[in-house]
Amino acid sequence: MPVVSNVTCPVCGSFCDDIEITVKNDVIVKVKNACAMGEAKFLNYASHRQTKPLIRKNGELVEVSLKEAVQKAAEILASAKYPILYGWSNTSCEAIRVGLELAEEVGGVIDNTSTVCHGPSILSIQDIGISSCTLGQLRHRADLIFYWGSNPWSAHPRHIDRYTTFAEGRFQKSAWRGYLSRLTGILSKKRLHRAVNLGLGRQTPSPPETELRLPSTLLQNKRKMIVVDVRKTRSAEIADYFLQVKPNKDYELLQALRMLVRDEELDVDKVTGIPVETLEEIVEIMIGCELGILFFGLGLTMSQGKHRNIDAALSLVRDLNRRTKFLIMPMRGHFNVTGVNVVFTWQTGYPYAVDFSHGYPRYNPGETSVVDILCRGESDAALVVASDPVAHFPNVAAQKLVEKPLVVIDPQVTPTSIMADVVIPSAFVGIEVEGTAYRMDHVPLPLKKVVEPPTTCLSDKEVLQKILGEVRRLRRNHN
Amino acid sequence: MPKLKVSLLTGRTINQGKGKEQGKLSEEYQNSVSICQMDPEDIKLLKVRENANVKVTTDFGSVIVKAVKSKRAPHSGVVFIPYGPWASVLANPKTHGTGMPSLKGEIAEIEPAITEKVLSLQELLRTCFRR
Repeated sequence: MPVVSNVTCPVCGSFCDDIEITVKNDVIVKVKNACAMGEAKFLNYASHRQTKPLIRKNGELVEVSLKEAVQKAAEILASAKYPILYGWSNTSCEAIRVGLELAEEVGGVIDNTSTVCHGPSILSIQDIGISSCTLGQLRHRADLIFYWGSNPWSAHPRHIDRYTTFAEGRFQKSAWRGYLSRLTGILSKKRLHRAVNLGLGRQTPSPPETELRLPSTLLQNKRKMIVVDVRKTRSAEIADYFLQVKPNKDYELLQALRMLVRDEELDVDKVTGIPVETLEEIVEIMIGCELGILFFGLGLTMSQGKHRNIDAALSLVRDLNRRTKFLIMPMRGHFNVTGVNVVFTWQTGYPYAVDFSHGYPRYNPGETSVVDILCRGESDAALVVASDPVAHFPNVAAQKLVEKPLVVIDPQVTPTSIMADVVIPSAFVGIEVEGTAYRMDHVPLPLKKVVEPPTTCLSDKEVLQKILGEVRRLRRNHN
Repeated sequence: MPKLKVSLLTGRTINQGKGKEQGKLSEEYQNSVSICQMDPEDIKLLKVRENANVKVTTDFGSVIVKAVKSKRAPHSGVVFIPYGPWASVLANPKTHGTGMPSLKGEIAEIEPAITEKVLSLQELLRTCFRR
C-alpha cells in the first residue's frame, strides 16, 4: 500500500508536517504521528460530506449543477450593495488571494476568523510590537515556557511534544521524565487524600489549586513550564506550576508582574487572590531564565479587556527583555489563520476586517469587522468560505447572517451550509488538493494532496475563480 | 427551584476538536458540545444528579444542556461549555469596538431542567433560525 510521508496536518495552527498516511484504493486507511484531531480528520473527512451543489428552492436545498450554483452565487454577490466575504482560515493561501480579488470586485467587506480569535492580538501587536521567533528556535533553546489562557493539550495537542516542554532540543532536554515523576507524585497524593477521607468517613476539602510554595523543579536549571489559566486544564496538570487567575482578572495579574519586573513595589498583599510573595518568586524565575517564551490563547483575547490584556502581555515581555531574553507568540487556532493574515496584508495592507465598499481597502475593527456589521444589520448578502459562523458566532449575529442571501463554499456539511441559500461543496485542501499554508510562527509549508477528490468537487480556488469570472461578466453586461 | 449565578466560560476541548473533524452532524460532535462542565459542589447545590439536564440563561439567550462533573474542579461558580451552537446561543455579541465578541467570563444563571430535553443540532438550528 502506498505510504505518503511528511504530510502537513490541515487542522490546527501547529500545522505538524510529519504525518504519514497509508492509502489503499484511493482511500486513507492509516494515519501515523497525528493527534486525535488530525487522525479524526484524515480518517473521517468523507463521512459527512455533500458532493453536489445545492440551491434553496421553496425553502428546501435541492441539488443543481455546478454551473447553476456558480451563476446564482455570482448573482447574489454582484447585486449586493454591502456583502460580507468571511472565513478563509481553513483554506489555502492561493484560494484566499482569489477571495480578495472577488471582495474588491463586489465592493464588499472581507474578514477572516481571526476577527473572533486573535483579532485583539493583532490590534495590540500593531500598537506595541512583538518579540517573536520560529517554533524551531524554541524547541532547541527555550528553558521557560509559559502558556497563558491557552490549553494546548486540547487545542494544539502536539504543541508541547513537538515544540516546547517535551521536545528534545539541541540545547534543552525534554522535560518528559520530570513530568512522569511529578504525575506519580500527584496520583499518590490523590490516593492518600481518598484514603484519608475513607478512613475518617467524611470529606476533607481538596488542597487549593494554586500552591503557595513554588515546587523545587522551578528552581532547577532545566526546561520548565508554567500555566496561567482560570481552570486547572489538562495542560496545567502537565505543567511544573499552575497559577490560577480569576475570570477577567488577567490584566491585573499581568500588570502586577510588570511592576515586579521593573523593581517597583506592590502595596497590596495579594493580586487576584495570589500572594505577592508567590508573584515575586515567579518573576525571579522569569528574569533568571536563559530564553523564555509566553504563548497566549483566547483566555486573554476573549475575556474582559480583550486587546488591553494583550497590550499588557506584550509589554511584560518587552520589560523582561531589559533583564533577559523573552519572546511571545499567539497560539493560532486554524491551520492557515496565520496565512490568511499574511495574504490579506500582502494584498490590502491590512490583516483582517478589510472594507472595499469605498473602492479602496479600509480597516477599522469594531466598524469593519464582521460581527459588528452583522449586529448593526448593515450587510445584505454573505459568502462564507471554509468556516462555520452559524455554529460559532453569537446567535444574535448568526441570525442576521442567515436572514440575508447566504452562499457557502465548504467541503464539510456544517450548520452554516445547512442554513445557506447556495452551497458549493469543494475538495478538502491538504487531503484532496494542494496549496500553501502558514504555521502559527509564520513559516509557510505546503499542503499535500494524498487522495483524489470526487469528480464533482473543485478546489476552493477554482470555485472562487468561477464565481469571480461570472461576477465580472454580470457587471460588464450591467454596465 | 434552586438557581445558581455563575461565570460562563466557553472554549475548546479535545472531544470537541475530534468531534468537529468527524463531522458536525456526527453524534460525537453533538454530544461533545451540548454539555456544561460544572464543579461537583455546584451540581449538588442545584440538587440534580450528574448528567441531568440544566437550563443556562444569559442576557442573550437560554439553552438546555447536560450538566457533567468537571474533571478540572475545584472551580465553584465557574461553568464551562465547549465552543459550538449551544454555547453560541448564550454568547455576548458586544465587541466593545474591537471586533471580538465577549465569549469568556459572561454572567449566567443555571437551573435544573429535568423535564426538558437537549435539542439535537437540527432542532436547535430550527429553533434559532426558523429554517
